[in-house]
Amino acid sequence: MKITNAIVKSHGLKAEEYSKIKDLLGKVPNLLELGVFSAMWNEHCSYKSSRIHLKNLPTQGKYVIQGPGENAGVIDIGDNDAIIFKIESHNHPSYIEPYQGAATGVGGILRDVFTMGARPIALLNSIHFGSPDHPKTKALLNGVVSGIGGYGNCMGIPTVAGETKFNSTYDQNILVNAMAVGHAQKDKIFYSKAKGLNKSVVYVGSKTGRDGIHGASMASAEFDENSEDKKPTVQVGDPFTEKLLMEACLELMQDNSIISIQDMGAAGLTSSSVEMASKGELGLELNLDRIPCREENMTPYEMMLSESQERMLIILEDGKEKEAEKIFIKWDLNFAVIGKTTSTNNLTLKFDNKIVGEVPIDALASKAPIYDRKWIKIKLPEKKIKIRDLKKVQLQEALLKILSSPNHSNKSWVTDQFDQMVMTDTAQRSGSDAAIIRIHKKEKAIAVAVDSSANYCKAHPHTGGKQIVCENWRNLISVGAKPIAITNCLNFGNPENTKVMGEFAECVLGIKEACEFLDYPVVSGNVSLYNGTNKKNIYPTPVIGGVGLITNISNKVNQYLKKDGNTILQIGKNFGQLYQSVFLEEIYAITDGPPPEVNLSNEKNNGLAVLKLINDKLVSSVHDISSGGMLVALAEMVLGSNYGIKIHKPKNLANLMEYYFSEDQGRYLIEIEPNNLERINKVLNENSIFSEVVATVQNDYFEVVGELKIKTNDLYKTNNSWYNNY
Amino acid sequence: MKSSVILFPGSNCDRDVAVALEKLNFQNKMVWHKDTNLPKSDLIVIPGGFSYGDYLRSGAIAGKSNILNEVVKAANDGCLILGICNGFQILTETGLLKGVLLRNKNLKFIGKDTHIKAINIENKFCNKYVKDQVLKLNIAHNEGNFYTSKEHLKELEDKNLIPFKYCDENGNINEESNPNGSINNIAGIFNDKKNILGLMPHPERMVDQVISNNDGLNLFTSLLN
Repeated sequence: MKITNAIVKSHGLKAEEYSKIKDLLGKVPNLLELGVFSAMWNEHCSYKSSRIHLKNLPTQGKYVIQGPGENAGVIDIGDNDAIIFKIESHNHPSYIEPYQGAATGVGGILRDVFTMGARPIALLNSIHFGSPDHPKTKALLNGVVSGIGGYGNCMGIPTVAGETKFNSTYDQNILVNAMAVGHAQKDKIFYSKAKGLNKSVVYVGSKTGRDGIHGASMASAEFDENSEDKKPTVQVGDPFTEKLLMEACLELMQDNSIISIQDMGAAGLTSSSVEMASKGELGLELNLDRIPCREENMTPYEMMLSESQERMLIILEDGKEKEAEKIFIKWDLNFAVIGKTTSTNNLTLKFDNKIVGEVPIDALASKAPIYDRKWIKIKLPEKKIKIRDLKKVQLQEALLKILSSPNHSNKSWVTDQFDQMVMTDTAQRSGSDAAIIRIHKKEKAIAVAVDSSANYCKAHPHTGGKQIVCENWRNLISVGAKPIAITNCLNFGNPENTKVMGEFAECVLGIKEACEFLDYPVVSGNVSLYNGTNKKNIYPTPVIGGVGLITNISNKVNQYLKKDGNTILQIGKNFGQLYQSVFLEEIYAITDGPPPEVNLSNEKNNGLAVLKLINDKLVSSVHDISSGGMLVALAEMVLGSNYGIKIHKPKNLANLMEYYFSEDQGRYLIEIEPNNLERINKVLNENSIFSEVVATVQNDYFEVVGELKIKTNDLYKTNNSWYNNY
Repeated sequence: MKSSVILFPGSNCDRDVAVALEKLNFQNKMVWHKDTNLPKSDLIVIPGGFSYGDYLRSGAIAGKSNILNEVVKAANDGCLILGICNGFQILTETGLLKGVLLRNKNLKFIGKDTHIKAINIENKFCNKYVKDQVLKLNIAHNEGNFYTSKEHLKELEDKNLIPFKYCDENGNINEESNPNGSINNIAGIFNDKKNILGLMPHPERMVDQVISNNDGLNLFTSLLN
């Protein structure tokens, strides 16, 4: 077949990229070779637009065993325990086919974690939908939530935390990010780097079908009105097979058979084999006749580009084939020796006793294009609107409107569709600031949370990038964990647009600054660009997934009030900044002005002091103040507890709305026994931390003295009303 | 006391049950579904999960597996059998228990804590509970909506073969406190001889105060009595 311009274009390759391919090969590629290039050179697999920015992120630290570049990041939590985790997007497939798109997103990220030798212990998700009024939203929401649940529930891995958000920016391009966290023995971690010549390359798992061909290329382009036609590029998941694959791999990993292992994710057999060979600086020869196929007459092109799920590629030590095969047969899975490592440094594809394709590995990997795309700096927006001139609103009306809004209503209708308890180590389920998972049969635990703030990032990407790392850090502190490291999922629009590229560059810069300052390295991540439809780009939406360590699980806390008569102390200073707040958005539909400032020094100082108070067992509950401000945070401490609260009015003549709804950063609310106040103040004073008594725990009523008094039961009903009427 | 936990492809609560049993000093063995010999056991547990991916129908394929023949034999000899969640579904598929578990009334997976009331405590499984005690256990299922014939339902009620019913935190048994649509709020049932118990809620998830509560503990300690 002659390679025409139209064929090149349909593979998502630019004319200049095609010229580069011809130069690297020294010949015109055949269709199979072109397909392999398109699978490796697309944005999703090559990170060609993002790489030069990502390299600035801090990735090292005393807890880091493995940073970005492997299937997932690895941190050391002591006693030979390692935590392996990563977040990944499945945005494009989930918009086309919500159930399967979301399900296979979960499946893919789980494989990344158990490929490295970890048993997955927690799943998290960050999902963003369009306006609830958009005609597609309801079906997408239901499909995605049941897809996420369907996969994790069947695998028997608890889905413990996440966020579900709505904004019309995602009307035609939803975000589905899934994070998996696993536990491994530090001395039993498996990597993807191939080693040694003439070693058996083994294919295990499901058979290969025609699903998902060009999935990664599809995910590297904007949608248009024909996006429905892309359904066949979405993979179909089978969590049952993945459960068997996981058990079989973990069983094989008990002994020393595996040299390297890599899951077949985006770009399937192509990217898994190229990555293993590239890291090992070796060649790989594959006999495609031996690929277990689900459909008849599959061509080499289809086999190399299929994204059929639940498959792995393993390079085995000599003579281990029989033993390994036995394990996979026991679990009713396919096992086939499909090739060997070579010294050619080429990917050699054989079919029907002929070489049907041959490409140098470095042409596919290290020589893939890298772009320094043009970008423009985004200025801090001005404070145009005079907030004090806005039409007055009652405190009660504003609070109830926020608590019953889609974004701030109770999300148990989502989390009730997830098994949060299987494995019986979930010590804090979703709803509080972070979930807590005990390390099996040990006293220690990890805390996990995912966060995003698209509004802040849209207004000022640099500040937004910093803020979201800080918020995630704060959420881990709030349950009593020492934050250790993060994974990030960077969801942005079209990088060929200079403004979008500016949003990307500056969010990454903000993330870098905050991570460096807080000693909170990035150990894994994923970039999803081209989120948009017909030139309309989504808001910049970096999602941060953090992992923290609780050395002794008896030190854990949550946000729910514990005792009548206890005092609530606000830690950190309230400046009354309302721009980009939930209050302005929900009450006045205003999304103007700059996001709240981030002072990294205060953030760290306040957080470490709160963590010390928790570890000294001086606090009964903790909640960070984030979207919605102090009043919403206080309501969240009441909801889910058996108590009410009496909130004092500000001492000086502050504007009530600014006082109660400002989203100034670096703040926490802590519940304490009144007789501990002096001791706590001493600790805070020593660290020059501003604090203020803001409320007292009481029974039955949520009350702001002289302003509002609501039965806690009614507050609960308001908070649960939205979805029941949707 | 000797126990065996049966392991099917797709079982995922097997470890949780084993941990609970071992905590109470049961001598426990895991038994693979392809095995044809069952170790000598006083108690056999069929754990929750998605055996065979719930393909065909929850529990249907597991109900036809090798090891189940041995479980049926043991049951007929009076061995104690506990089927939890998917295990309950498997027991109804084998015919060891009558009735079926349909899709939840809301057609969604339900994973949350729910209250159940101890209706019948005069049996091997529940004797450590107090009559009418309200327990908080976790449920996690797609198909937990118990349904059966009028005759069987009458038999269950008349012969006191219902150990637990869904209720609210104050013990009220009504439509509002029924999470999945089960007929008569039934959360679990016995066979005639009360040596076989099928239960939708997960007692093994409630045996540790650090994680949840201890409300499931007595189901296992009762067996040691």
